Amino acid sequence: MIDLNDEELERYSRHIILEDVGIEGQEKILNSKVLIIGAGGLGSPIAYYLAAAGVGEIGIVDGDVVDLSNLQRQIAHTTADVGIPKVESAKAKMLAVNPHVKVNIYHTMLYSGNILEIIGPYDFIIDGTDNFASKFLINDACVLLNKPLSHGGILRFSGQTMTIKPRESACYACVFDSPPPAGVVPTCSSAGILGAVAGMLGTIQAAEALKFITGAGTPLYNTLLAFDAKSMLFRSVKLKRNPKCRVCGENGITELRDYEQALCEVKNA
Amino acid sequence: MKLIINGEAKEFSQTKLNVEELLVLENVEQPDMVSVQLNDEFLKKPDYAAVFLKDDDAVNFLYFMGGGE
Repeated sequence: MIDLNDEELERYSRHIILEDVGIEGQEKILNSKVLIIGAGGLGSPIAYYLAAAGVGEIGIVDGDVVDLSNLQRQIAHTTADVGIPKVESAKAKMLAVNPHVKVNIYHTMLYSGNILEIIGPYDFIIDGTDNFASKFLINDACVLLNKPLSHGGILRFSGQTMTIKPRESACYACVFDSPPPAGVVPTCSSAGILGAVAGMLGTIQAAEALKFITGAGTPLYNTLLAFDAKSMLFRSVKLKRNPKCRVCGENGITELRDYEQALCEVKNA
Repeated sequence: MKLIINGEAKEFSQTKLNVEELLVLENVEQPDMVSVQLNDEFLKKPDYAAVFLKDDDAVNFLYFMGGGE
């Protein structure tokens, strides 16, 4: 365990005074390793809050560079960052908030050949990607390596998220089985997304990671939390594991494969 | 019959109704973009026409959301 110095005691004081966190919980946060996949609309707020919270080691994966059309919602990036890799832009902001955290960047697209190596060292994985091929691959890899995962998806004014403890709670494939056929899929780039909705869902995912690390509260296991920002109604749908799940069921997967991706959604994050 | 659709009770005049017909009545325009949960169990798409609903069944339509960027 780490002994907190005066600067840290002050920096994290609002966590430490929380009954469910305390010094012990803050030390757990400082000793934790979390991987964020996607440095976009979801990844941006997640990166800020995990860095601010003092998560000891934060990995961030994204193969893209910052585009002007990202700035309406991807708050880790600024106008001056257009053209530079998103992971570099995000890392700079995270270290500006909290120079004590270690940020590992992966400027690459995830695929079946590199994902196990990348997620291997981390305690908790957060999916902030923008396509089904990645979302299913991440779920598969987390089930194979038994890594807890926060799944997130957003579209237009809506968002949904679930937290997964592989082989103990329902996984993404228990609910959605496999990617929808290419062509019927609206994506953020084709259907639009209210920028603040990305922030709403990303901060929920960051909170789930911090709950998991500290043990505070109950993660969204066996629960799909979905909201519609137009009505601002939130709904919790209770789930249970599917014993016949293609991925985590009795005859579940034993190796990874890449899922097909519609041409209009080739960007990783 | 009375069904609980996405958490809300709803009355249907039909006495016989399968999941495929319910999707039409509920204006689900792209059945490929939803996962259907009936009383906690997820249905396979090829079974929609064969699964008939009964009074007080709880049906959830869970939409695919692929965004994150």
